[in-house]
Amino acid sequence: MFKIVRREEMSQGNVILNEIEAPLIAKKAKPGQFVILKANETGERIPLTMADTDPEKGTITVIYMVVGKSTLLFKELKPGDGYQDVIGPLGQATHLEKLGTVVCVGGGTGVAVLHPITRGLKQIGNKVISIIGARNKDLLILEDEMNKASHELNVCTDDGSYGHKGFVTDVLKDVLEKEDVKLVVGIGPVPMMKFVCQVTKEKNVKTLVSLNPIMIDGTGMCGGCRVSVGGETKFACVDGPEFDGHEVDFDELMLRLQAYSEDEKKSREEHVCSLKG
Amino acid sequence: MAEKKVKKEKTPRQLMPEQEASIRAKNFDEVPTGQSEETAQIEASRCIQCKKPACIDGCPVSVDIPGFIKLIRDGDFTGAISRIWEKNGLPAVCGRVCPQELQCEGKCVLGVKGEPVAIGNLERFAADYERKSRKAPKLEKKPLTGKRVAVVGSGPSGLTVASDLIQKGHEVTIFEAFHKPGGVLVYGIPEFRLPKDIVFSEVAGLEKLGVKLECNSVVGRTVSLEELFEEGYDAIFIGVGAGLPTFLRVPGENLIGIMSANEYLTRSNLMKAYLYPKYDTPIIRGKNVITLGAGNVAMDAARTALRLGAETSRIVYRRSMQEVPARAAEVHHAEQEGVEFYFLTSPVKFNGNEKGRLTSMTGLKMELGEPDDSGRRRPVPIEGSEFDLECDLAIIAVGAGPNPLLTQSTEGLELNKWGYVVADSKTGKTSIKGVWAGGDIVTGSATVILAMGAGRVAADSIHKYLELGI
Repeated sequence: MFKIVRREEMSQGNVILNEIEAPLIAKKAKPGQFVILKANETGERIPLTMADTDPEKGTITVIYMVVGKSTLLFKELKPGDGYQDVIGPLGQATHLEKLGTVVCVGGGTGVAVLHPITRGLKQIGNKVISIIGARNKDLLILEDEMNKASHELNVCTDDGSYGHKGFVTDVLKDVLEKEDVKLVVGIGPVPMMKFVCQVTKEKNVKTLVSLNPIMIDGTGMCGGCRVSVGGETKFACVDGPEFDGHEVDFDELMLRLQAYSEDEKKSREEHVCSLKG
Repeated sequence: MAEKKVKKEKTPRQLMPEQEASIRAKNFDEVPTGQSEETAQIEASRCIQCKKPACIDGCPVSVDIPGFIKLIRDGDFTGAISRIWEKNGLPAVCGRVCPQELQCEGKCVLGVKGEPVAIGNLERFAADYERKSRKAPKLEKKPLTGKRVAVVGSGPSGLTVASDLIQKGHEVTIFEAFHKPGGVLVYGIPEFRLPKDIVFSEVAGLEKLGVKLECNSVVGRTVSLEELFEEGYDAIFIGVGAGLPTFLRVPGENLIGIMSANEYLTRSNLMKAYLYPKYDTPIIRGKNVITLGAGNVAMDAARTALRLGAETSRIVYRRSMQEVPARAAEVHHAEQEGVEFYFLTSPVKFNGNEKGRLTSMTGLKMELGEPDDSGRRRPVPIEGSEFDLECDLAIIAVGAGPNPLLTQSTEGLELNKWGYVVADSKTGKTSIKGVWAGGDIVTGSATVILAMGAGRVAADSIHKYLELGI
């Protein structure tokens, strides 16, 4: 069992943080890599990119949004409980290098994945401008952490309840006008990443995105996570999860993420009903 | 005397009782239900106990076949399993999944004029009898040597290496990437062909002997070979299988409803999606399912589809029935259950709807031309023969390649041009001192028993190395 040593709720309980004992993974993991978690014997294998690692303490941290039955199950786990299985670190690490000015754009729980990359880019000597967004103030996560990890932080909410009213792409356009940006890292919901890439492509600024397609093993065995990148089929689990955003077929990815949406909806409803008795 | 001989020759090969096709095509229970003691003894008495048994030559791990069959004939079923165990640690598995017609049974002299002895069924009988009775004396372990061996992968080759070396007194730890042990026996082969409890029982047997099992350990990621040596392992065996699915590279292949056989079978077998929603992993339950390819994996996928409620399940293969590589029993079972075969048909593209879901496959008719490198007649497209086949699930089962996860993260490990590990066929030694390899990661996709044979070869060599340093 992989014990949960710390648990936090964010975004009104819609987003959960778990710090989990996994010393072997903590020792090896680098920013950008992911783990696969399985709650119990009958559970699904769910891939999540790590939000943090503490090699000395032997822990990893994941932050996830509660969307389906599996993440509802995860949410029910309390500190002291554990995941039956945690596998990793998987995927390629982010290639961190000193480039000059870089912009880190995050939306929703994507900010959790973006945070260690942002921190790494700053540590290595880049000027880091970050833009994070959420639908409203209550759904915003890791503002303080992103503030510390960046030289400049811009916050947006769709409804204007906090920070700039509007989308992260609005702020991104301004930043790209003013600064000589060498790299943009965009991590969040697929439509957000798609629009970030549209903006940066116009300016011809290299853009990295981190993808989270459906997968089972995470080791290149099933091919369920295949994505089209530059017209070629890639496996997000071993070739990614990060790719050149200008080459990714986001429309195909959005469709493929819906493969089991009917099943997931039913599954979640049944689970919620069983909880209510 | 003469009368008795005549009677003996007339005894027909005893049939294995099976679930009826129309019933079993709707459940995941094992198809053959197992022989009675009586029929096993009758079958065993058909063996003429050749002085120079050809069957043993046909067995990649050289089981004393006439020996164990004689013991069954004489009613010593426990003695029979002990005899098999001397050479084969996974008889319950091999009795079920070996291509006997190409190996032991293919060499049986009775097969020249009539039907060979049902060696596979008898092996299975002995193993199942022991699993229920638990009477056989446990394997003896040699005194501890203090040497440590890491086995990477818990499929057939890894389990064989672990079994052989623990008995020789070495300390053995198996590292498995998945959350359950067994490799392809668990993620690939369906329950109706190889019940998972049998695999777990075999693994539990090894654990009782002292083999340690580390699941969720992706060697190459969680830990490297170098680190295993640093941790004090004296030898490493790589048996990670050929776990890279091959796709067709035709247009439309990323539509929802097209998946590798690896994914389809892993969902159903390892993740138990066939029990969804009791188990959380979903699976696409196609109405009209096509499976591309005609090997054992393709048969497994096509038969799984029927059990998951498909109205039609079709095998699409670009060659003809003659070239079908699957085990004869699997093709026969598939046909009985209602799987249809579209031979000499090659996929051209997949077509989908606005939601990105598969609706049909465009196929092209083929005819057989001149023999190719493999000696099989090469399929040649017939121009203008395109046709559409309606389907909402297409399973790609055209083979697997070497998974580069471990091999590419290991410096100095020599690979061939296809990416398989180069290993000496007589020893299993790789280009790195102290590292052996065997099974599909060396040979490419083959059979359970060949992987076990490679495991045996490597285990012998590892033992020599640990004892004598050579």
